[in-house]
Order: sequence, then C-alpha cells, then structure tokens
Amino acid sequence: MSDNIKEIAPPAEPGFWKESWYQLTRNRAAMAGLIIIAFFALIAIFAPLAAPEDPLEQTISARLTAPFTDGYILGTDDLGRDLLSRIIYGGRISLIIGVVSVGISLTLGGVLGLAAGYFGGWVDRIIMRVIDIMLAFPYILLTIVIVAILGPSLTNAMVAIGISQMPRYARVIRASVLSEREQDYVLAERSLGTGNLELMFRTILPNTLAPTIVQATLGVGEAILSSAGLSFLGLGAQPPTPEWGLMIASSKQFITSAWWVVTLPGLAILLAVLGFNLLGDGLRDILDPRLRD
Amino acid sequence: MLKFILKRLGLLIPTLLGVVTLVFFMIALAPGDPARIMLGERANAEQLAQLRSELGLDQPLSKQYLLYLGRVIRGDLGKSIVTQQKITDELTDRLLATIELAITSTIFASILGIVLGVAAARKRNSWVDYSTMTGALVGVSMPVFWLALVLIMIFSVGLDLLPTGGRMNVRLYFIPITNFYLIDGIIMWFREGKADYFVSALKHLILPTIALGTIPLAIIARTTRSSMLEVLKQDYVKTARAAGVPERKVVFRYALRNALLPVITVIGIQFGLLLSGAILTETIFAWPGIGKWIYHSISARDFPAVQGGILFISFFFVMINLIVDLLYSVINPRIRLK
Amino acid sequence: MKKLFLLVLVLASFTGMAFAGGGSESEAAAPAAAAEAAAPATDDKAGGVLVFGRAGDSVGLDPARETDGESFYATHQIFDTLVEFKTGTTEIVPALATSWDVSDDNLTYTFHLREGVKFHDGTPMNADAVVFSLDRQLSEGHKYHEYGPWKYWLNYMGMSDIVGSIVAKDDLTVVFNLQKPEAPFIANLAMDFAGIVSPTAFMADPEGFSSNPVGTGPFKFVSWTKDSDIVLDRNDDYWEEVQLDRLILKVIPDATARWLALQKGEVDVIDFPAADDLPAMAADPDVELIQQSGMNVGYLALNNEKKPYDDKRVRQAMNYAIDRDEIIAAVYGSAGQVAKNPIPPNIWSYNDSIEAYPYDVNKAKALLAEAGYADGFKTEIWAMPVARPYNPDARKIAEIMQAQLAKINVEVEIISYEWGTYLDKCDFGEHQAAMLGWTGDNGDPDNFLWVLLSAPSAVPPAGNIAFWKNDEFTALIKEAKETADVAKRTQLYMDAQVIFHEEAPWVTIAHSVVTVPVSSTVQNFKISPTGTRVFKSVWLEK
Repeated sequence: MSDNIKEIAPPAEPGFWKESWYQLTRNRAAMAGLIIIAFFALIAIFAPLAAPEDPLEQTISARLTAPFTDGYILGTDDLGRDLLSRIIYGGRISLIIGVVSVGISLTLGGVLGLAAGYFGGWVDRIIMRVIDIMLAFPYILLTIVIVAILGPSLTNAMVAIGISQMPRYARVIRASVLSEREQDYVLAERSLGTGNLELMFRTILPNTLAPTIVQATLGVGEAILSSAGLSFLGLGAQPPTPEWGLMIASSKQFITSAWWVVTLPGLAILLAVLGFNLLGDGLRDILDPRLRD
Repeated sequence: MLKFILKRLGLLIPTLLGVVTLVFFMIALAPGDPARIMLGERANAEQLAQLRSELGLDQPLSKQYLLYLGRVIRGDLGKSIVTQQKITDELTDRLLATIELAITSTIFASILGIVLGVAAARKRNSWVDYSTMTGALVGVSMPVFWLALVLIMIFSVGLDLLPTGGRMNVRLYFIPITNFYLIDGIIMWFREGKADYFVSALKHLILPTIALGTIPLAIIARTTRSSMLEVLKQDYVKTARAAGVPERKVVFRYALRNALLPVITVIGIQFGLLLSGAILTETIFAWPGIGKWIYHSISARDFPAVQGGILFISFFFVMINLIVDLLYSVINPRIRLK
Repeated sequence: MKKLFLLVLVLASFTGMAFAGGGSESEAAAPAAAAEAAAPATDDKAGGVLVFGRAGDSVGLDPARETDGESFYATHQIFDTLVEFKTGTTEIVPALATSWDVSDDNLTYTFHLREGVKFHDGTPMNADAVVFSLDRQLSEGHKYHEYGPWKYWLNYMGMSDIVGSIVAKDDLTVVFNLQKPEAPFIANLAMDFAGIVSPTAFMADPEGFSSNPVGTGPFKFVSWTKDSDIVLDRNDDYWEEVQLDRLILKVIPDATARWLALQKGEVDVIDFPAADDLPAMAADPDVELIQQSGMNVGYLALNNEKKPYDDKRVRQAMNYAIDRDEIIAAVYGSAGQVAKNPIPPNIWSYNDSIEAYPYDVNKAKALLAEAGYADGFKTEIWAMPVARPYNPDARKIAEIMQAQLAKINVEVEIISYEWGTYLDKCDFGEHQAAMLGWTGDNGDPDNFLWVLLSAPSAVPPAGNIAFWKNDEFTALIKEAKETADVAKRTQLYMDAQVIFHEEAPWVTIAHSVVTVPVSSTVQNFKISPTGTRVFKSVWLEK
C-alpha cells in the first residue's frame, strides 16, 4: 500500500497548488461550497454591520413576530429578539467553533501523527495504540463525556470536539509522513545533517498538507454540527448566546405556534455544514489522488 | 481462517483494556472530587467520608484502578448514585429500546441507501445520480435534532399522522415479552386478535427511525455508488457485457454482490454508531433508551453511571466492529492474506 | 443477495443477545397481570385507564424522603395520611384516622384509626404502622432513621421540635405528645410526608422502598420505567370507591409535546401547559381547562450568606432592577400575577397594603452605588430545569433577568442542573442566587413563612435557601405559630411581611394561576390548592 502512495504523492511544489486551484474552479460543487463558506465568513466578520439589530436586545412586546412583519425580516423569538440578527451572530460563533476545534485537533493530531510516522518503532506503536483506543469510543459519546467532565460551556465544547476529532488527523498525518519519510528529498536533507525536529516540521510537514486540508475542511463542518448538538443538549453554549443549536433548543416548545424560530436556525446549520462538505469533497477529489476515479 | 479470528480476538483484549483504563482515568482525573460533586456541598463530613469509602476514593489511585478493573471483569459496573440501582440492570432495562431503534434505522438506511446508490451508479451523471448525490450530501450535513423537530412539525403537528414520542401509546400498557415492541406487538396480535399494539409500536418508530437513519442512509448511498462504479469498471464485468449477458443481470448478478462488500462494512460501523449516537434522537422522541439515560446521568452528574454507560457502549461498539471485520473476512477471503 | 442474508444474520445475532439481557423489566411489571384479572366494577363510572402527562419524573417514591411535587404526584396516589384535605380544598377531613381528640392544653392528640385497612402487600394498617412511619423520621435512635434525609419532617416543617413522642396506645389508637402547642399541627399531618408506609415492605428493603413503594392508597404501585412512566392500578380494597382501573403517570418534558399528546388522545390530563398554547386549548371543544388561583409563589432567592447579597441595599436594588411585568408577559401570559409578598393573595393574612417594588433602574443603580457596587458585579442565577406550577420556564425567566440586570451592569451567568441535583445544591446553599418556589401544603401562612424564611429553616438542607436569618421576623412568625387566635396570628403575619419587604431576601416573581387542561371525557377532576393531583374520585365518561 505504501508503495503506491510514494509514487503518486509528489513533494509539494508551487505548480501543484496552482494546478489544484485550477481544478477546483472547474468543480462546480466545490465552488458552490466555497461560495457558501465565503458568504458565511463575510457575514461573520461584518456581523455588527450585517445584523439589523442587537442580537441580545429583548422587546418582549414584539415576541414571536412572524417573518416579514413589523420590519423583522425573519421575525423574532419568544423574547422579542430579532431572529435574523441572532442567526448572523450565530454564524460568527459557529465558524469560530469550527475553526478553533479543528485547530485544536490539528495541533494535537499533527504532533502525534508526525511523531508516530517519523520515529516509527515503539513511539509509533504507543501512539497508535492510544489512537485506536480513542477510536473505540463512538465519536459523539466521547465528545459528550468530555464536556460532561469539564462542565458545560462553549469553550469546553470546542476542547471536547477538538480532542474527539484528533485521532483522524493523527492517522492522516502519520500516513503521509510514512510515505514522505523515505522520499529522496528527505533522505538528502538528512544526509546533510538536518536535525529531527527541523526535518519533521520544515520539510515533511508541508508535504502532508494536501490530505490534511481535506480532512480539516470536512472537520470544520462536523465540528459545527457537533457543537450545535451539544448546545441543543445544554452542554455547549449557554443563554443568551445566539448559538444555532441553543436557539433551536430554546424554541422547541413553539413548534405548534411559531415555525420560524425552530426551522430557520436549523437551515443555517444545514447550509453552513453543507458548504464545508461540498468544498471538502471537491478538495478530496483534487488533492487526494488516491480517491480519484 | 481460525488463525485470523484468533489474531483479531487477541487484538481485542488490549483494546478493551485500554478502553477501561481510559474511561477510568478520564473520570478519576476529572477536576473536582467526585464525592463532593455528587453530594453537592453537603458539609456533612461523615457522609462525604462514607461515600468516598463506598466509591473506594480513599484508596490510592492505582489500587482504585485495579479494584475497578476487577469489578468490570466480573461484570459489575457499580451502582448509580441517583437511583441506587445496579448500573448493569439500568442499562439492560433500556438496551432493547435502543437496539430496536438502531435496527429499524439500519434496515431503513441500508435498503434505501443501496437502492439509491445502485440507481445512481447505473445512471452515472444522469439526474438520478445528481439528485441522489446532492441528497446524500445534504443528508450528511443535517443536524439530526433539527430534522427530528421538523419531522414532528410536519407529521405530528401539521398532518396529525404520527405520535410525537415514546415507544407505544401508554394506554395500551402491556407486560413486555421480548421488549422489542414490534415483535411484542405481533405476539399480542396473535394473543388478543387485535393489531393495536403492533400498529402503535410501528407508528411510534417511524419518525425516530427516519431521523436516526438519515445520516447512515446518506453514507450508505454514497458508498454503494462509488463501490458499484469501481466494480463496473472491472474486467469481468466488461467481459460479461461483451459476452452479451443482459445488463440487468450484469448489474444485479455479477456487480452488486461484489460491490456490497465495502457497503456491509459501512453498515456494520453505522449500526455501532447508531447504538451510541442516539442521544439526541432519543431525547427528542422521549425514547426510553440508553442514549437518553446517559444524557440524564450526565446532567445529574452521576459519574459511576456515566462511567458504566460509556464502558458498556464502547464494549458494544468494539464488539460490533469486530464482528463486522470477521464477517467481512468470511465474505472476502483476500483480506486474510494481508 | 446471499451477502444481504449475512447482514440479516448480524442483526439477528444481536437480537438474540438482547433477548438474553432484558428480563428485568418484565418481572417488574408482573403484578399488572393480577390487576387485569380483577373483577371489573359494576356501575358505568367505573373502569378505564387515565394517563396523566407531566413534565418530569419523580425523584423517589417514599413520601417522607422526597420534597418535590413530581414525587408527590405519585406518592399521593399510593399512600394515605391520617387526615387529608377534602379534594379541591384545604379543609381537613378524616382519612386513615376516622376521628381524633385534642387535650385541653393542646398538647395531646389522640387518633382513632380506621378498621380493616390493609397495605397493598396485605400487611394490616394499625397503630404500629403509623408509629413506624412517623417515628422513623422523628427518633434519632430509630433503627431506620439513617435512611432519611426526612427533609420535610426535620427541616421544612420542624416536626421534631413540635412532636415529643408518638405512641401506639392500642391496635387502633395512636397518641401524639407535643412539646408545645402548634396551631398548624393537624394540617401538617395531612401532608404527603406524613404518609403511612408498610413497615413490612420497608424493613424488607429499606433502600429499595423508594422505588418499590407499598402504602394503603387508592392506587397500588405496579411499575416504574425511569424517565418514562409510572403505572398504578386500582386498589380494590380501598376504603372508598375508586373508579379508574389504572392510572399512568407519563413523563413528557416538553410543554408543547404534552399539548400535542392531549390533542391526539394519548393522554387525558396534562400538567403545566405553555402560556402560549392556552388560547388554542380554550378554543378546542374536546379540551376543558380547569383553573384555580395557585396557592403558590415563585421567587429568586438571594443567598444572604454570599457576597454581594449580604448587603440589604444590593438585594433591594435587585428588586428594583427586575421588571416583573415583562416576565409575566413573556412567560406566564394570562396564567400569572406579579408577586409582591412571599405568600399568595388567596392565603389569609396576605398584606395587601405593602407597595410592590416598582421597576426603577435609576433607584437600583443608586442603591448599588451606595453599597459600593457602582460598576455592578457578576452573579450566578440558577434556574430550575423543569416546569413548576409557580414557574413554568425558569431558564427563560433567567434570560429575561439577565437582559434586565445588564442595565445596572450586573452580569448574569445562568446555571442549571438536573432537577434532583438542583434541589440538593440549593438546599446546601451552593448558589449565589437561585430561582425556586413553593406551593402551599396546608393552606396556613406558617407553611410558607416558616418553611421558606425562618432562621431555623436556614440550616442545610434548608427550606430557606436565601439563608436569611432575621431574628425579628423569626420571632414574629414563631409567636404566630404558637398562638391559636386567628386574628392575632393574622396581625403577626402581616407585620412579618413588612419586614420581609424591607429586607428583601428574595426577588418575588409571581403567583401563578394553575391551569390543568383535561380531555372532556375526564369527570370530577378538581385541582387541589396544595398542588398535588388527586385521582381517586375521578372517572372517565364512556
């Protein structure tokens, strides 16, 4: 198996990325994903400008206003807060959660995967043993338990998601390090006396980027989903944070009377996650040639 | 074959041991004194001391670990702080509800997923393919808890067709026989000559099954499609076609049986995940299964229960993955050679 | 297709495993079979299964150990007390005791027990059983005292300071010797914690009793599936006629889901309807809304033992800064009224001359500045996880308070635990500020003021979770407790409320109007002012 990879995974060159980008622009699904993500990112960055109102401002007298009435584009929730503004700010929170969680998993998984792949031997065996054990826990359960132990909060939710997602990054990075380790350019550097750490981080790491990017893109989407789920259970964001999952949780009693407070935040989650999945799938087709058909 | 099974079983032991170890230390090293967390600020030092010795917390950590390991090996997961019942009893009481839902969801996802996957692969790049794959992508992006609420909104509130939660109309209270309500429903049908129990059980299963089955459905459809495409490219398929074997026969007789190999693995893994991942679905549909129980234990900070619960599910999960592996090697002998 | 067969095999093998592991629930349910075989009652009222959809599960089923309404919903059906409230009122009527005599010095109460009553397990109900049930709570030397905590007896009602001894004079006569005259004593004995339990069943398994209760009540325990349902069957030997064959208490946490279940006929009676659903319910011809002003109060207790709430000015500022009208509008709707006193207006001695704290942000800011918190402070507000009669949605109220308090620079963190844990933590004063409430048990103001606000109740596990210890206030209500003359008691309680208002240990929130939506087939259902649900005289129209 590793023989194959060696052949088809060349060291990164400027041309490789340029070619990939070109292919990406020709992949309609991936571009759709990119546009959705860009849209959410813009709104998140400019949330104070994009949101018509303060997402925390309560107007009890205007509670549960239907969409497109009294100047509320998407209506209000049961405390009279503008739903559109809350969804916009929710996008900011969800993107932060996605990126931070993946950052945590990447850092942890990257260090472990690099070490395991580079050193091999008993280091590899121990690390992979631990990773296998972590994978013996169903992902969602592991996340929930970690939050339960740390206590419910948005920060802890991110940490929990980061830790639970870590094994897959460790595996991906280890696999690509294994394939890079014996490449000519690495052997050449090593013969020039380059140290272990420098070899690992400066030479090998950049070449594991392609599969990692694919995994990370899909990971952001999954992290957004997980954090919404945690918040829905009361284990993530706490009121009055306009987090999408929490917004759904606190309005589920209005499913008979005010459809918008339940449906709209969910649609936002769906769309954002879909964006990352579209892009991730497209990137996988382009960057991970093993999976091309 | 036997050698492979033995080797695979041999790997199981360190994994399970690791799982127990990780669960133990995760809870033991969690911030805060468990006794204190459980009792709240019961300033009563006596009660604290009593609980700590009951839980073995006054022993050194290494000894606690060995004691715990010993108990787990004997199948004793301890007692729940909240209910004072044996955790194994609490779990087995709820296990069947969870399994019933996991099975119906897996069946739903497998049948529909394989049908859609095959259809998409046969008509590659047609509208069937595109819409199936788009649907599958939307499916994996779906927040399950939201889908569950939307389903309730449409089918319970709007159309008034299906119940909102629970396993059976409580009015039809009966003594559970197998505790799979669908099967019990059939037995009651024979026994009492009325289908009410069965119909009620079925109606209560529909929405949770769809909600829980959506993500596996999407994954199975995608796997079936790509596996099918892979197989259709193989030489023997081309040969069969060239030899004039009818297309239907090529697809269903030759290609499908080979294409299903990876799909079965995926189905097995999904089944394992469904057993654990039903926390949200069970909570929303008031389904009295393990997921809901774990959620309650967590909010009650019932740590022995949480500990026992995750251990139990992880064991289950590992075992299912093992069985899937073994089955796969039975079907596909090549894997053993590796 | 052979491979698909294999898949089926995998699934089937799990099914097999599962069969092997799942016997215990059916065992628990076994008694149901016996009940089904019982002869049906004769008249047309008799029979039927009534399902009560409620918001949360019981914590336990030993009436003396639990303190929450959800537990009493179940225990009230299973257990009897010596005397009880006439359904729908707070009038005391005979129950397990058919009559009683009070000595002239008000210190000796003699109860004459009903003859021929048996517990559900066949144990005869007699003076020994009564003594056992209450003495396990009273006597520290009692063999089963340690199975407590007996919070009601010891902490909430202070019964150990009232009762000296309980003696079985003969098989059907029980004598209570009091340490001091106590006006509400008889009413206390009608409360759930004074339920009479089967000594045989309790001694056989003291720890398990609260999940396998045995009493003399109109319904007997059949099974309890946690988080789901409690099934109770008619006690055919009950000393009054009971109509329903079976009563099922079903947990449906979500208010809207309860309402949907009622519409679909899955349940007959539901608890705590959402205020937003009330108009639709009123319009539904198949649903009847049974309403009564609640004998209750919902409040935010400010923990006087923790900063900054040890300062009266801060507590007052909180009272000025919280706009109760907004809370009522958003959460209670038409089913609530603003509370200004710790007791509801339908209890005698309610002091209506007290002026409620108006909503006044500037006043609140000024008071905070005076107390040295000009820049505000950070505080926790605890919110119950379940709907209660006095507070249908505490988390929502907390969110509203959070927004309101932000205007005086008070930053609120909302905290919530699972119900049982929440109560425990509040009782032990872990909170800075916590929402809770009370539904009167016996119609006496003492039942509110002593339990919730007296200094002796401020000892963990506390009823007074503001941990407010005011000697003047406690002296007034103590005197009222020991006085028989109602006019004099009224004056003392009125004065006590003035002190409460000035010292502001709570932010009083609301008294609710208790609304119970029932299916129109449900007959003779009356709301009990004490907050419990009584089903023994209910019948279903065929």
